[in-house]
Amino acid sequence: MANVITDETIEYVGILAKLALSDEEKEQAKKDMGRMLDYIDRLGELDTAGVEPMFHVFPVQNVFREDVVTNGDEREKTLQNAPGAKDGMFVAPRTFD
Amino acid sequence: MDILAYSAVELSAAIREGSVTAVEAMEAVLARIDEKERVLNAYVTIDRERALKAAAAAQEKIEKGELTGPLAGVPAAVKDNLCTEGMRTTCSSKILENFVPAFSAEAVVNLEKAGAVLIGKTNMDEFAMGSTTETSAWGVTRNPQNTDHVPGGSSGGSAAAVAAGECFFALGSDTGGSIRQPASFCGVVGLKPTYGTVSRYGLIAYASSLDQIGPLTRNVADCAAVLEAAASHDPKDSTSIDRKRVGEDTDFTAALQDDVTGMRIGIPRDYFGEGLDSEVRSAVLAAAEVLAAKGAVVEEFDLSLVSYAIPAYYTIAAAEASSNLERFDGIKYGHRAAAYEGLHDMYKKTRSEGFGAEVKRRIMLGAFVLSSGCYDACYLKALKVKAMIKKAFDEAFAMYDLILGPVAPTTAPRLGESLSDPLKMYLGDIYTVAVNLAGLPAVSLPCEVDAKGLPVGLQLIADSFQEKKLIRAAYTYEQAHHKEMR
Repeated sequence: MANVITDETIEYVGILAKLALSDEEKEQAKKDMGRMLDYIDRLGELDTAGVEPMFHVFPVQNVFREDVVTNGDEREKTLQNAPGAKDGMFVAPRTFD
Repeated sequence: MDILAYSAVELSAAIREGSVTAVEAMEAVLARIDEKERVLNAYVTIDRERALKAAAAAQEKIEKGELTGPLAGVPAAVKDNLCTEGMRTTCSSKILENFVPAFSAEAVVNLEKAGAVLIGKTNMDEFAMGSTTETSAWGVTRNPQNTDHVPGGSSGGSAAAVAAGECFFALGSDTGGSIRQPASFCGVVGLKPTYGTVSRYGLIAYASSLDQIGPLTRNVADCAAVLEAAASHDPKDSTSIDRKRVGEDTDFTAALQDDVTGMRIGIPRDYFGEGLDSEVRSAVLAAAEVLAAKGAVVEEFDLSLVSYAIPAYYTIAAAEASSNLERFDGIKYGHRAAAYEGLHDMYKKTRSEGFGAEVKRRIMLGAFVLSSGCYDACYLKALKVKAMIKKAFDEAFAMYDLILGPVAPTTAPRLGESLSDPLKMYLGDIYTVAVNLAGLPAVSLPCEVDAKGLPVGLQLIADSFQEKKLIRAAYTYEQAHHKEMR
């Protein structure tokens, strides 16, 4: 039942997680993830037929509020944290040419 | 009297009576920080000027009679994953090195309204992922009881600061034990409330369905007072619960009663099995006897599914972390890589440079368990096991008012012993994670010290919304235990 994590899987997870890993990090990640998944496989020992997945511990339904701004204009303060800002907007790298 | 010998509630009473000022209290704390901080490294950020100014403002309000609560004028510390307006908030991560929030977390706002005065931000495992405070990008925090040992984590800075007198109380957050375990390792009181009791607005999310903010304090009376001030129903957090509407108040200090007569306490046999240190076992069982001698009915029972809590927890927590931490993209805040080719390369380089090894490990595991090949067998399976664990607790609380057990299998490990084997470190969370999965309240109380002089923690767990039972039993134990120690 040991999980063997392939190079392809690590590449795929790297794309999903948006992480660029060094070769050394990839090797370590393969080992760590394999061990964790072996451990998670233990959940398979339990019969969960007919059990609903519990996303939330309390029966909370949609929570609505009036669509009214209450926190004022925080644009300047917000943009001060941005690595790049111009004309009251975030600066992002070009996404298409 | 030495100002630093006061508890938070005693200090505030002394300030309101006029025998001490809030500024003198802050100066005493800052002097203690000067003395201890070079070794302990409990804080990431300390803002002296702001702290002294805020203390002076609090003093003025107290003198005018505008601030009368039990925390008025008390210097407090806040874990560095809680946003503080105008004060750097890093989550102990390089990716947020220069982040200065535009608003404060609701829990912080509530405490400041109650008159508490912010000293600074405490060190933690990066993004609260860890059990030792060793994954912080800003260096390890040391355990004030023995500086060769870790303070626990992830709220290790908060626990160490409280234990060392570097603050009168602190806020932490608990996703899988991150308040209770460091409280246990440092010999202070730590409480994780029922999910939804303290607003998570402004708490930088790790695993949103499990995260709860709570107090770390010197004693149970402080714990009740801080929880009472921090708790609120907040429309800004859609999972915040209006406890009054479910018939439960937040009048926690009313539960400070030295009486457990007739209270039914269950001890899960599975919590005392293999892997539990013998000194921890005997200390916790001795604490159970103290409560029995005070009139509680204590008996053993079988709580099922104990060994499945950790795999379920790490699956769910990693999944939510991978989703929550997508927001760190180098655009809105935090670090951005200096050189890159296009948007996706910028994302990847920024995140790879900004996140530490443990955070990357959990994000990758989370991305994997949510990916199409694993979603049903890993993620949904874990959520089903979570439902079964909640049901096991429901059955236990049909029989008992409280569950009693250890907080962690051992006392604080030595620095550097834990990170080399992540799975082994995760197994140390065995007695704490199930509480988060089931959304329950639980408290960690100092009971004994082991042969190395390290504190052992006692954990009490209650059913949802039954914090008052926890506080009553904790207070009763503390009173009896203090008498014993004298």
